[in-house]
Amino acid sequence: MFLALRELSFARARFALMGAVVALIAILMVLLSGLSVGLVNDGVSGLKKVPATSFAFADGVAHDAAFSRSVVDVDAVEAWREVDGVRDAAPYGNLLVNARSDAGVDIDLALFGVESDSFMAPEPTEGEPLGDAPTGVVVSETATDEGIEIGDTLTLAQVGTELTVVGVLEGQHTFGHVDVAYVPLRTWQEVKVGASPDDVAAGDLPERTYREVTAVAVRAADSADLAAADRAAGTESLALEESFGASPGYTAETSTLLLIQVFLYAIGALVVGAFFTVWTIQRSHELAVLRAMGAPTGYLLRDSLAQSLVLLVLATGVGVGIGVGAGALIGSTPMPFALDTGAITLAAVLLVVLGLAGSAVAALRVARIDPLTALGGHR
Amino acid sequence: MSSSAPETTTGEAGLLLEGVTLQLGDGDDTVRALDDVSLRVEPGELVAVVGPSGSGKSSLLAVAGGLTVPTSGTVRVGGHDLVEANRRTRARLRRELIGFVFQSGNLLPALTAADQLRLPTRFARRSSSASERPERDPHALLAEVGMDHKADRRPHQLSGGERQRIGIARALATHPRLLLVDEPTAALDRQRSQEVVALLVRETHEHKVATVMVTHDHDVLHHCDRVCEMVDGRLTPASPATPGRA
Ligand SMILES: Nc1ncnc2c1ncn2[C@@H]1O[C@H](COP(=O)(O)OP(=O)(O)OP(=O)(O)O)[C@@H](O)[C@H]1O
Ligand SMILES: [Mg+2]
Repeated sequence: MFLALRELSFARARFALMGAVVALIAILMVLLSGLSVGLVNDGVSGLKKVPATSFAFADGVAHDAAFSRSVVDVDAVEAWREVDGVRDAAPYGNLLVNARSDAGVDIDLALFGVESDSFMAPEPTEGEPLGDAPTGVVVSETATDEGIEIGDTLTLAQVGTELTVVGVLEGQHTFGHVDVAYVPLRTWQEVKVGASPDDVAAGDLPERTYREVTAVAVRAADSADLAAADRAAGTESLALEESFGASPGYTAETSTLLLIQVFLYAIGALVVGAFFTVWTIQRSHELAVLRAMGAPTGYLLRDSLAQSLVLLVLATGVGVGIGVGAGALIGSTPMPFALDTGAITLAAVLLVVLGLAGSAVAALRVARIDPLTALGGHR
Repeated sequence: MSSSAPETTTGEAGLLLEGVTLQLGDGDDTVRALDDVSLRVEPGELVAVVGPSGSGKSSLLAVAGGLTVPTSGTVRVGGHDLVEANRRTRARLRRELIGFVFQSGNLLPALTAADQLRLPTRFARRSSSASERPERDPHALLAEVGMDHKADRRPHQLSGGERQRIGIARALATHPRLLLVDEPTAALDRQRSQEVVALLVRETHEHKVATVMVTHDHDVLHHCDRVCEMVDGRLTPASPATPGRA
């Protein structure tokens, strides 16, 4: 570190330039990570908070649109309950709708239809849980940010069904970028087939209306043979995590962001590697002199790596600091953005490690420099 | 003769070359840069090597300093064999036994004069046998070469002659047995050249180090204890008094 630190301070303008590039990459990393965590939350936080381990969809349904396309008969719920290792199974309905509150607030909702006595029933921290009343609805806390309150009446577009907000769930429950609203399963089934309150009152809905759900929500032990259960029930189950990919746009969003992040890491490693390669080449005569003086190769390698480590850690630290500051500002806007300590730490560590790998390539040149070139007469 | 003789044998030459030949280049295009060169330099003796360009002077320093292994012959520094040693060992022997003074000082731009002297002692500190010898105080050494008042200057704030003085002090910082000096006055005017060579001679005598100095500058030879001439890779003694005092 003797030489490394003195060089850092002597060539500070050059290192500051390099550090600025690394810091900018770190800022971008933090913002991208915030955006991707935000998008994931926006897309599937409602699913993440569900107490199920798997969803059993209709057999053969497209995996990227299972929540909107799957239709399963309620008999499948019984079939799943019979399976060894399955602790519980409940019908589950999923439907995206538009609604307007009596206060005039327009809101998009993901209607989750559940039986109010099943394990899937929501547990609001404010107000009442879903009771027997067919018009009750429990909404995500994020809906209250839009101006929905307990006691509001929500009128669903097209069908005209009127729901009363009875409870609010703590935290963000969203699905496909809209707020989740839990309704009783029967109400969900009526909305699903497009039955207006008048149609329901007339009582002439087709019999299958009350037999169809989106999926079976399953709570199973690790030991449960899900494949066998699928065969018995005629369904296709996806683990909760896998089912995220079935929510609208989730796969496209996350893979695009992942691709950008991978590119940024590669750019970071290459830029740092290129900088230290040029820096090493510029100093090759000095390094030859050091080697002629008998400097151990290990000493020179450690010194170069320590130098890049100091630069990378400082620059990444500054970048993450600025990124988190900027992220806090963005987080207060409606943009889907959430700073996650784990994700940011991972990004920072990866940036430093990959930068170090880049500079290690440059450091290998140090080992190859011939001390003979230090003598004036040679070359 | 055993190759790993203990380092402090009295009567051991600072540098001993016997029948050293160095072939350079490959295939048909080989050059005998050194042709059966023998040279013995005692501790406290400064030997100047003169000769036309391309005669093999730098090659002599490279072989004596363990930067190149000769094609044949013996190279011993303070009793240590440089020919048999591997790369690692040669690097260790260089930092423990040999000091280099390069053409224009070749100081590190990032370091102050005092730090230039501290750096080689940091390499040497890693070696076991170096710990027996006390480190030299950088400021005392700088004072010896008349540069103590500029200990905090970096190379770009120093003149060529000042850089060369610091280069000499740096080479002496690890108590070397052998000092190898490559054209120390090439970038200096007449007055500075005289001063620098006089300094080298003084340090050589004072610290009992064996010094080999390659030079083109015939005006400085009168300072030297002995002068050798290199022609086409062959080293022959020249009389010390005649060339310089002319
Ligand atoms: N790497 C090499 N490969 C082949 N031949 C070389 C190599 N290096 C030097 N030579 C040759 O070896 C001979 C001695 O070179 P050397 O550099 O020792 O000369 P010198 O006396 O130091 O010359 P100068 O006074 O110009 O510095 C020259 O003929 C040179 O062309
Ligand atoms: Mg030369």
